[in-house]
Amino acid sequence: MTHILVPVKLVPDLVEELQIAGSGNALDMTWLRLIISEFDDHAIEQAIILKERSGGEVTVIAPDQEGMDDVLFTAAAKGADRITKLSGDFGEGFNNHALARAFASAVEGLAPDLILTGVQGNNDLDGSVGPCLAEYLGMAYVGYVAGVSLEGGKAVIKKEYPGGLIAEMEVALPAVLGIQAAEQPPRYVAVSKVRQMMKETSIVEIDAGDLDPSGGLDVSRMYLPEAAERAEMLQGNEKEVAARLVEIFKEIGVI
Amino acid sequence: MNNDIYVVIEHLRGQVADISYIMLAAGRDLARETGGKLAAVLLGQNAQALAENLAADQVLYGENAALAEFTSDAYQQALAGLISENQPRAAFFGSTTIGTDVAGTLSARLNIPLVSSCSKISDGMIVSQICGGKIMAETKLADTTTLITMIPGGYKPEQGRGGPPEVKPVPVSVADLKVALNQYIEPEVADVDITKEKVLISIGRGIQTADNIELAQALADLLGGAVSASRPVVDQGWLPTSRMVGKSGQRVKPKLYLALGISGAPEHVEGMADAENIIAINIDPGAPLFDVAKYGVNVDLFDLIDPLIEAIEAAK
Amino acid sequence: MPERVNYWGIPHEWGPPEYYVYTIMFLAALIMLFRFYQRARIWWKVGRPEPRWDKLHIRLWKLIQYGIVQIKVLNERYPGIMHVAIAWSYFVFFLGTALATIHDHFFEFLYGNVLLAYKFVLDLFTIVFFVGAIMALIRRYLQKPKRLTLNADFTFSLVMIIMIVLGGLVTESLRLAFDQPEWAWASPAGWAVAQLWIVAGASDAALINWHLGVWTFHLLSVAITIITLPVGTLLHSLTGPLNCFFSELDKPTGKLSPIALDAKGNLVYVNKLSDLTWKQLLDGDACTECGRCQDACPAYAAGTPLNPKELILNIREALRSDAAPAMAGNAPLLVGEKIQADMLWACTTCGACVNVCPVMIEHVGAIVDMRRYLVIEGAVDAELQTALSNLSRYGNSFGKSDRMRARWSQEIQPAIKDAGREEVEYLWFVGDYASYSPTLTEITQKTARVFQQAGLDFGILYKGESHSGNDVRRAGEEGLFEMLVENNIKSFSGSKFKSIVTTDPHSYNTLKNEYPAFGDGDGEWNVMHYSELLDQLISTGKLQFNKKLGYKVTYHDPCYLGRYNGIFDAPRRVIEATGCEIVEMPRNRERGFCCGAGGGRIWMEEGKVTERPSESRIREAVGLDGVTQFVVACPKDVTMYSDAVKTTGQEANIVVKDLIELVYEAM
Repeated sequence: MTHILVPVKLVPDLVEELQIAGSGNALDMTWLRLIISEFDDHAIEQAIILKERSGGEVTVIAPDQEGMDDVLFTAAAKGADRITKLSGDFGEGFNNHALARAFASAVEGLAPDLILTGVQGNNDLDGSVGPCLAEYLGMAYVGYVAGVSLEGGKAVIKKEYPGGLIAEMEVALPAVLGIQAAEQPPRYVAVSKVRQMMKETSIVEIDAGDLDPSGGLDVSRMYLPEAAERAEMLQGNEKEVAARLVEIFKEIGVI
Repeated sequence: MNNDIYVVIEHLRGQVADISYIMLAAGRDLARETGGKLAAVLLGQNAQALAENLAADQVLYGENAALAEFTSDAYQQALAGLISENQPRAAFFGSTTIGTDVAGTLSARLNIPLVSSCSKISDGMIVSQICGGKIMAETKLADTTTLITMIPGGYKPEQGRGGPPEVKPVPVSVADLKVALNQYIEPEVADVDITKEKVLISIGRGIQTADNIELAQALADLLGGAVSASRPVVDQGWLPTSRMVGKSGQRVKPKLYLALGISGAPEHVEGMADAENIIAINIDPGAPLFDVAKYGVNVDLFDLIDPLIEAIEAAK
Repeated sequence: MPERVNYWGIPHEWGPPEYYVYTIMFLAALIMLFRFYQRARIWWKVGRPEPRWDKLHIRLWKLIQYGIVQIKVLNERYPGIMHVAIAWSYFVFFLGTALATIHDHFFEFLYGNVLLAYKFVLDLFTIVFFVGAIMALIRRYLQKPKRLTLNADFTFSLVMIIMIVLGGLVTESLRLAFDQPEWAWASPAGWAVAQLWIVAGASDAALINWHLGVWTFHLLSVAITIITLPVGTLLHSLTGPLNCFFSELDKPTGKLSPIALDAKGNLVYVNKLSDLTWKQLLDGDACTECGRCQDACPAYAAGTPLNPKELILNIREALRSDAAPAMAGNAPLLVGEKIQADMLWACTTCGACVNVCPVMIEHVGAIVDMRRYLVIEGAVDAELQTALSNLSRYGNSFGKSDRMRARWSQEIQPAIKDAGREEVEYLWFVGDYASYSPTLTEITQKTARVFQQAGLDFGILYKGESHSGNDVRRAGEEGLFEMLVENNIKSFSGSKFKSIVTTDPHSYNTLKNEYPAFGDGDGEWNVMHYSELLDQLISTGKLQFNKKLGYKVTYHDPCYLGRYNGIFDAPRRVIEATGCEIVEMPRNRERGFCCGAGGGRIWMEEGKVTERPSESRIREAVGLDGVTQFVVACPKDVTMYSDAVKTTGQEANIVVKDLIELVYEAM
């Protein structure tokens, strides 16, 4: 039976205004809302799709960040068989290399055939989790995957290139795949199903131990980008704006 | 460790990707700071000719049948050998489907640091753009070889063109490959090649439903252009992939890029930042695209489309 | 002395006629009851239990009002008069037969003037019946309205009931032609028909023979009608009144039931016949196929897949075809088979169907129950999924930060009180659209200014307010609804206030009718719609107007304010107080025509429509002479109708105004 592992993490919600911490080289965490990384969400979906198509077991594993429980129970409601949390200090100095190492040590006991994780997270500064994890586990890594099927002891994947070009590749298992998009958008799961999971399922906890962030770099400075040249905003009611746009079209020679 | 700066050249089916030239431009800036050589690393089979226009001091060319087409582990093995042997000060990779497959694994394998999403080098600092472009981070080179993945936007490809540089063959060996390329799958033959259009009316999530696309089509017809889209529209299946503008789609440089309801995430901007005239229509005054566009209108696009169509018809 | 001759003209040679009549009638009744039982038992054998046996006296009264007097049927003139003419006549005929039976066997009283009065009334109703029957024939075969089911089953029923009365009338006329008593005038109808036979010079023998023949025909046609009643279209004569008897008593229409639990304590998601309650199955059998719901439904008018009549008849069809496996415990799927998902999603939950149904079928409840199934299966379209995910994460459907909820208030001076920190008299529950929609910001700000001008002690919850959940519940996401309610109640319990006032009728509906079931049962809050509050402020003089606006306006009754909660007059008084003249649209008050946004529809893909409900409504308003303003009292209405004014090209003729804009202008 294929065992699929999905390591996920939370990233800042870009809907909120982001602020820099007093130290000047990190994000201010107090007002930050953390949500699941969009590509990790797709990885969970792809794993469930594979389970529904060819059978298998899905384990979702994540660091213990605030709000992660809800994400794990949601994954369980979608069909994940096991949900696991790494307990540790995921605060200061926590980067993707550290997280990948923590995942790697937890994975030892889990013997997955396939690991699916998001190809990137929006706050990645020291690379993404997937490639590091693959290396620590001695597995191959392919990213920008938008389609997976399991055949024999291999994964047949569709890798996205620019311009809509797809490269179909074969990867020997076990392997780590960086998911760009699941074969269908992440499904909806009703709140009551998630709440039911909270009652029925429990999250397995694994101690992450000490975190080793080497492979990352000290950030000298973090800042908000200067409002660069902003567009010239056209004012007025719709008719006035439409007229101005037509003028612009004439100026540039489109009309 | 020497002071040389490596740039790993990305090429696909006989074409060198623009990001490679952009990285050479950045690499040049960094090489000036470190005082070392700028060396382009070119891997492939019978691919020497691709070195022609690279504005580098030197091209390290690794020839191997296993490197004829890009696969992550073949490139990774070849580069691991090269980097650990030569110990450059820094090595640039594209923040792309090719570069990110390799840079991360190398960082873990060689236990050397990696900095992502670099947009430019400024006074020897690596300037990165993260969190959807909302946060800038500056990092210094480490005491060991530093790997950098690069995004477009800070340099123009022309700045990295020059040459022809000296090509030095280097030995590369790969073994026990776990990844194999089966085939390339071309996108569906498109009815429209958006990269050739002079006018693009581009729609994003703000278009709300497939039925509304006809509004954009009406504008496109009037202005002699075509309808393109950002990723969410294509993901919904409302338009084919051939119409997608962005990192995973096409890069377009039309005379007019009229964006309706597109917020302007970096992955999309990558595909259209070079358009001559960008006009952004969005109901959200904080849409990042307003920072890229030449003109902007903060309005509900549905309120504007009909008056705009009328005004254009009147003017013709 | 007028006397009643029992079984006049019927020979006694083969024994007393009573034996035959009672035997035949008894057998017919037995067969009818048995067949009825066969249909009825499906309801309680297949359907889930639901207690509807309380307050029998009130239920009986409902039966009388709606089943016998049929006041809802009478809401439409032509079909109403037509139907009561037929139905009341039959009640009278039935009563007449019963009285005759009592007279025959127990207590003789039908003689003299009593008998004459009895005869007169019966004959009168014979005429009434024929008026109704002719109206029915015209309607069914000449006018052929689209909403009726025009098929042979209905023809059979109509023919049978006409034959019965015709048979009775002709029998009576033949006897009167024979007897020609001096009190024949007391049977005007029969006597008139009797003239035919008299003029034709029919012999006594002919009259007697024909009388026996027609009488037998009359007896048999009654027997056949009774026997076929449970399997024909006349079944509604039993199931309709039953449905009225078992209709919802105490629960306000604006209050939905939570998801039911089955015998094992699991939640029931309705996707099979056996998941519906017996009452919902009875709904299927009670439907008279009158089509009033179809005519009232905005989704149907817009050309969407929803037809409330078809929905109910699909349930009935399932009862017929799937009864056997259902009773064996193997009911096949309903949702996705007999009832398609897109039909369920097209409903705006406006309640017009429930409001007009003469037999009190509860369409909306069944639709929401089945939507709950679709949601739990994850079968929601992408747009709805986005809205629900946003609601779950941010407490609003716009996907904007909860911290931005009160950004509209930054311009208001003095700053609006935070009801989470300070005690206030009125807690203003602003609502999603009023808070986040850029087109509504100005209206929300005007509302704040009006409140301040009136000297109200009010506050808002800022980011402590989440979407009220009304339409989340109606979209079928009960778990998310509960979560939103919990969040809001938590905010409420952290504040001190006397009343809640809201500008949004949807929020009003759920806060008033559904929130009290949650919380700790500290009692209900006093919830007001802002039109009620304004009405109060005006009548107590706290809000005064400096100008008389003098506009000619029309007012659109929001579904969740008017039809669901009976608030029609307060907003009208407010409009008139600003010095405007109200011209009513044809569909006003309970008949108000929904804008199309409710039930979560504003969050869903529109799909193909022939004409949006909002556009139809604007056309209705523009048809009113001299009306320049379309006044609404709901933020979603402002959005929907402003769009409709543009898409119908009526900007020059009519403008959409929120109630508060009139008030603000008149101050």
